[in-house]
Amino acid sequence: MLLRRNPQLNRHGELIHLLSIEGLPKAVLTQILDTAGTFLSVNEREVKKVPLLRGKSVFNLFFENSTRTRTTFEIAAKRLSADVINLDIARSSTAKGESLLDTIANLSAMHADMFVVRHSESGAPYLIAEHCAPHVHVVNAGDGRHAHPTQGLLDMYTIRHFKGDFTQLRVAIVGDIVHSRVARSDIHALTTLGVPEIRAVGPKTLVPGDLAQMGVRVCHDMAEGIRDADVIIMLRLQNERMSGAMLPSAGEFFKHFGLTPDKLALAQPDAIVMHPGPINRGVEIDSAVADGAHSVILPQVSFGIAVRMAVMSMIAGNEA
Amino acid sequence: MTTTLNLDAEALYLALRQGVRGLLGAMPDAALVGIWSGGAWLAARLHADLGLPGEPGVISSALHRDDFSERGLSAGAGATKLPFAVDGRRILLIDDVLYTGRTIRAVINELYDFGRPASVALAVLVDRGGRELPIEPAFAAARLALAAAQRLSLARDDQGRFSFAVESEGS
Repeated sequence: MLLRRNPQLNRHGELIHLLSIEGLPKAVLTQILDTAGTFLSVNEREVKKVPLLRGKSVFNLFFENSTRTRTTFEIAAKRLSADVINLDIARSSTAKGESLLDTIANLSAMHADMFVVRHSESGAPYLIAEHCAPHVHVVNAGDGRHAHPTQGLLDMYTIRHFKGDFTQLRVAIVGDIVHSRVARSDIHALTTLGVPEIRAVGPKTLVPGDLAQMGVRVCHDMAEGIRDADVIIMLRLQNERMSGAMLPSAGEFFKHFGLTPDKLALAQPDAIVMHPGPINRGVEIDSAVADGAHSVILPQVSFGIAVRMAVMSMIAGNEA
Repeated sequence: MTTTLNLDAEALYLALRQGVRGLLGAMPDAALVGIWSGGAWLAARLHADLGLPGEPGVISSALHRDDFSERGLSAGAGATKLPFAVDGRRILLIDDVLYTGRTIRAVINELYDFGRPASVALAVLVDRGGRELPIEPAFAAARLALAAAQRLSLARDDQGRFSFAVESEGS
């Protein structure tokens, strides 16, 4: 496995699929962020559409539900003039017993040019990328606990937009790190882009000590974790974790790790607060913080569309 | 291989300036829009030399190119900046080299993403022939024939002076 070429890059080192941020060179990440900057300005034009993907068909394959992520991919593809087909796979073919690769083979026969895939199994987008035709491109929209690369990239775009330089930053990622593909993608991206201090903050059940192997500083104390931080990335506390006895209660979590104005005061005065959404007010973040001057949660959403336009246009323009 | 063709870009610039002055005589309210990147340099200098009001526009062909599926996204995609309302405005496009006409086609599409101009005209430093689309400049400072394998591009030094470089593909 290790000897094989990164399946995301062609022999010229150009991006042909986006499956994970892990293993992507800094130059490719920077190119995506620069390209996203270009597309941000398209949204200010009278005609908010460019013809780069005209005549191409983008299939949104969401084996796991996510209205928000699917919608941002759909908007991005439509602003690039692609035809977008949304398949509610969870309720159709797989329910009838069709295998993943048979589903892909069938959709390829319908002349798909790009698959945007969300799947509860880690690695599913890799399997599709390995078996699809050479002209077909795959974007991972979240696979299991593994990766959510476009969220990682839009987080990087947001940080660069507000902070400029990555190499002087302290970034704290707070909450349910162990189950979070967003955290994993963020950590890989921050590391590649040269952030010197990345902290993983949360209770022992949600922030395992072995994260230190990824070059991350593990903090089980909120005050220690966010003190002097320039960027605070709050993660959604997934309610389903509550039943697994990983946490006593949402109220208990909020008391220790919820981001309140008092705790935020420990961070740098110009710190930014991010969240991949949807936010749980009063569980991981106080309303006063979510709606406050430090919050960049809504700009993240706008940047997300530009970043997805950048990724889709880049991979569509590169040959396998 | 890069050689400097016997083509005096500074002298051609003076001819272009004269030509653009003449064109603006017939449409004094026209806005100059330089095509990224060589044309944008020319438009900026013309704008200053002719003492025109406001700022010149910059436009990129990257988002409307017809070779996207072969070449991917070109550089300069984010360069378009039109600091005036395009709707109802007369536009004078400026470029360094006119060849197949495909860049101009793409740029006109880009322009229309910002509004409906009253008219669009084109002035260039060099028309090298080889047109593949029905596009003609209102003014060209020089017309010459170059082999298809030769690439002609404008360069600008630290003092803002122009020169031409010719590259031969595959050599």
